[in-house]
Amino acid sequence: MAIELQRTALHAEHLAAGARLIDFGGWEMPLHYGSQIDEHHHVRRTAGMFDVSHMLAIDIEGARARDFLRGLLANDVARLAQPGAALYSCMLNESGGVIDDLIVYLRAPERYRVVVNAGTADRDLAWMRERVRPFDADAVLTPRRDLAILALQGPEARARFWSAVPSLRAAAEPLAPFRCAESGTAFIARTGYTGEDGYEVMVPAGEVVALWRALRGAGFAPCGLGARDTLRLEAGMALYGQDMDESVTPMEAGLAWTVALDDARDFLGRGALEQRSPRFHAHGLVLRDKGVLRAHQQVRTAHGEGEITSGSFAPTLGMSIALARLPRGTASGEGVQVCIRDRWLDARVVRYPFVRRGRSLLDTAQ
Amino acid sequence: MEVAQDLRYARTHEWARLEADGSVTVGITDHAQELLGDLVFVETPQVGRRFAQGQECGVVESVKAASDIYAPVSGEVIAVNEELAASPEKINQDAYAAWIFRITPADPGELSALMDAAAYAGMIDAGQG
Repeated sequence: MAIELQRTALHAEHLAAGARLIDFGGWEMPLHYGSQIDEHHHVRRTAGMFDVSHMLAIDIEGARARDFLRGLLANDVARLAQPGAALYSCMLNESGGVIDDLIVYLRAPERYRVVVNAGTADRDLAWMRERVRPFDADAVLTPRRDLAILALQGPEARARFWSAVPSLRAAAEPLAPFRCAESGTAFIARTGYTGEDGYEVMVPAGEVVALWRALRGAGFAPCGLGARDTLRLEAGMALYGQDMDESVTPMEAGLAWTVALDDARDFLGRGALEQRSPRFHAHGLVLRDKGVLRAHQQVRTAHGEGEITSGSFAPTLGMSIALARLPRGTASGEGVQVCIRDRWLDARVVRYPFVRRGRSLLDTAQ
Repeated sequence: MEVAQDLRYARTHEWARLEADGSVTVGITDHAQELLGDLVFVETPQVGRRFAQGQECGVVESVKAASDIYAPVSGEVIAVNEELAASPEKINQDAYAAWIFRITPADPGELSALMDAAAYAGMIDAGQG
C-alpha cells in the first residue's frame, strides 16, 4: 500500500514554481526550485521564503496553561515576561532525552502557541495530551492544522514583507528579535532558522496562496528544505532527529543554554538531567582537506572517538562544515580526523555558529 | 532532462564517448546531475590507474549526497578534467560537456554493449533510474 503524502495549501504554487518535491516526515515538500545553493545565497544576501506549513502549531490555553508548560518544558515559560515574547525549548522524556525542540510564544496571559517539528508532531501531541489530562479544562490543547506557516528570511526580508503586505506593517515593523504580534488573522514573529533577520508568519491556510503570491511579487525567492538545512547548519542550529533525539540530553546536544535549572521548578526530565553527566559535547568542525562532511562519519580526536551529526557543504563559506559529538575534553582549535570513504581527512574543531547575518564567524571567533 | 544521442550509457548513469584516438571519455548524465542537485565536490580517479568495468573509480558529491562513479568500460585512466576541482557546478550546467575522465579501453566490445540513447531514455522513463 502506498502511503499518501500530506500536502500543504501551497502545493500547487510549489509545482508552478518548478519545485522538486520530496517526502519529508510524511509531507510532500519542496527540496529546491532549481538550485539549492542559489536559494541559500538569496537568503544570505536578499530575501527568501520557505513554506514550513508541515510544522505544527499547537495552542495551549487555560487558567493553568503556564503551570502545565512549566512542568512540560526544559526551558521556563516564566521567562516570557509579557505577551509577545518567544522562547526556544526542548521537551524531555523522563530520562532527560529530547522528545522535540520547539518555540513557545506567549500571545496573552495563559494563551500560548507552541510550534513543533513535522516528523514528531503526532508523538508530541500524544505526549502532551497524556500529561495535560490532570489540568482538565485549565489547560486545553488545540492543534492548528488550519494554519499555514511561512518563514521569510534574509537581510531584506522585513522591508520586503512590509511592502508586500502594507496592512501588516504596523504590527511587524516594531517587533524586536524573538518577539511576536498579531494583526487580524495573521500571527507574525521575528524568528527563524537561518541565522538571518526576518519573520515567521502564520495565516489561515485559505489565505496563504494570496500571501505567497504577494511575497513573490515583492521579490522573495521561493526556497526549499535543502537551503533551509545548509542555512541552519551554517547558523549552528541543531536539527531534531540528527543533532539530537531521545537518546541524548540537551547538554550533550549543545543546548544547555535552553535548560532553566536556576530555581526549584520541577519539569519532566529534570531529575535525570541532574544525575547524568554528559557523555560528549557538540562542537563545530571545518574540513581542511577536500571532500564533504556528512552525518554519521566517524571522528578521531586526541580524547577518543566521536561522530558527525550534521554535515554538508557550506555555500556561504565555500567549504565543508559539520556539527559533531566529540568526547569530553575536546577544545576548539584542535585538529581531528574524519573518516570519509575509508580515508582519514584533517578537520579542525571550531566554535559555532559558523555564519551569522551573512558573515563568516570563522576567522574572528578563533 | 536531456539524453545526448551520440553517446553510450551505463545503468549507473555514466555516459561514455568514443574518441577518434580510440580513448573513451566519461561523465555523468544530465539525469544523474538532476537527481543529485548542486554538485560541490568531484573526486576524480588518478591518472594511470586501471579499473574493471563497473568498478568504483570516483565520487560526485552534491549538497545533498555522495554518489559513486563507476567505470563504464575497463581500462587505464589517461586524463582527468582538472577544471572540476574548482568548478564542480560545470556538471550541473552541462553534464555532457563537463567530462570527468578519459580511459583507454581494454576491450572495445564493452563500449558497444552499453545502452544507446534510446535504451537509456527508456530505462529512465520506466522509473528504473
